[in-house]
Amino acid sequence: MLDEIMIGQYIERDSVVHKSDPRTKILVVMFFITTVFLINTFSGYFILAGFIYLATMMAKINLKRIIKSIKPLTFIILFTLVIHLFMTRGGDVLWQWRFLRIEEEGLRLGLFMALRLIFLITFTSLLTLTTSPLELTDGLERLLNPFKRIGVPAHELAMMMTIALRFIPTLLEEAQKIMNAQKARGADFESGNLIKKAKSLIPLLVPLFINAFRRADDLALAMESRCYRGGENRTRMNVLMLATRDYLIMATSLIYLGLVAILL
Amino acid sequence: MLLEVKNLSHNYDLESSVTDYSLQDINFMIERGQFVGLIGHTGSGKSTLVQTLNGLIKPTTGQIIIDDQDITKTKNLKEVRQKVGLVFQYPEHQLFEETVFADIAFGPKNLGLTEQEVEQRVKNALEVVNLDYETFKDRSPFKLSGGQQRRVAIAGVLAMEPEVLILDEPTAGLDPKTRQEIIAEIVNLQQKTSLTIILISHRMEEVARLADRILVLDEGKLVLDGTSAEVFQQQEFLQEIGLGVPQITEVLMKLKNKDNMIATDIFTIEEAKQEILKLMRG
Repeated sequence: MLDEIMIGQYIERDSVVHKSDPRTKILVVMFFITTVFLINTFSGYFILAGFIYLATMMAKINLKRIIKSIKPLTFIILFTLVIHLFMTRGGDVLWQWRFLRIEEEGLRLGLFMALRLIFLITFTSLLTLTTSPLELTDGLERLLNPFKRIGVPAHELAMMMTIALRFIPTLLEEAQKIMNAQKARGADFESGNLIKKAKSLIPLLVPLFINAFRRADDLALAMESRCYRGGENRTRMNVLMLATRDYLIMATSLIYLGLVAILL
Repeated sequence: MLLEVKNLSHNYDLESSVTDYSLQDINFMIERGQFVGLIGHTGSGKSTLVQTLNGLIKPTTGQIIIDDQDITKTKNLKEVRQKVGLVFQYPEHQLFEETVFADIAFGPKNLGLTEQEVEQRVKNALEVVNLDYETFKDRSPFKLSGGQQRRVAIAGVLAMEPEVLILDEPTAGLDPKTRQEIIAEIVNLQQKTSLTIILISHRMEEVARLADRILVLDEGKLVLDGTSAEVFQQQEFLQEIGLGVPQITEVLMKLKNKDNMIATDIFTIEEAKQEILKLMRG
């Protein structure tokens, strides 16, 4: 049951996208998200789809893998589409049955929202597919650095993310162990209705939380005893450097997306 | 005959779990009331083997027959888990209820017993692990000492009243006094009820002293199966697979180089003392 949950989608490839600086990728994703919300014509979306396709090819990632990332959110996409179809009013009536009615504006907005969601998911998953979690947190930390002056704890945030990522597999393994131990005492996690199932999780969740707190305590002590003092004056083994490649990628994306946003 | 394992194999499936180790063609039988020690290097498959015995892991091939029933085929896993009680490593990490009573009652309640039966079982289980029922039943398991938590957790499995009790390093991380007490409680229980026990341990002294019979696993294969005397005679082989013999036995084996008369199938200091005295008086 727990093995199905995938953590860290990173796929290693030798590509320009993989090699570029995580900051570049995060910024391009941010440009992209902004553009997605600025555009409201179908031809504009068509060109955006082309942009995703190009980026995927450059990253040497299978297109199917990208499309698969939509799957977990299919319900939300469909839900948005349906809500807009029936709730948004405006334009000609396209279809009517008793109290259900679809109007032109509803269809248009529904499709737009669905497409926007699909684009957001696919493009951000392209980021996580081509950037390892560690690179990602490093990139985020560097990007947030300028905001330190106004009190954004950039290093601490990145540290929290790294620790969280580091402990996901540990916690999953632990959950499996506790589950087995409770099963050995006759616990049943599979059958019964929703309420019974939810109740059956108590013997799993209570020890899991207690152990997580214990681990957090231990980790804090271990860090403390090695004199960990946060971001000040810390040096890194791998210093992020923006290469010509990164400036090129950022510039072309900015121009491409900017033109789309302005023209369409 | 209570438990028979026939041609048991389990393949390490990369996608399923990190903690799975493979088993290869394992065969053994355990009689009712036997005290079996299971030893092996870390990752030798001990934990996988014991989890197949109560149906937590479904082996790839092979049969496990308990009371004339093949548990790899049965649908009623609850019954299997009642018959084969499994105490995991650091079992106190699985405590979850508000009171000691409720935690121990979790197993019996899952078996669908009546309130009175549940209460009786909790009482019995606490008695086995030497905790006073009235003193402890309403206390929070999280406010107990490490040794007491371990006892409550073991009692939680004992309350299932299994026919076979499997203990995966029940004394790991305990102080020597508590360790000896818990071992004594287990021995006491076995002598009283002729319960079948399988004990996994890394302490050769413990296994040698307690077990009637020892199974040795290495890389998923059953490589030795015999009495303590038989198994610990194979000192070189055991060292090769990352195990050893009890220290006192090693001392006697060294002495044997000087005096061929000395016996080496001795696992306690008291017996060793007698043996040496016997020879010296010779």
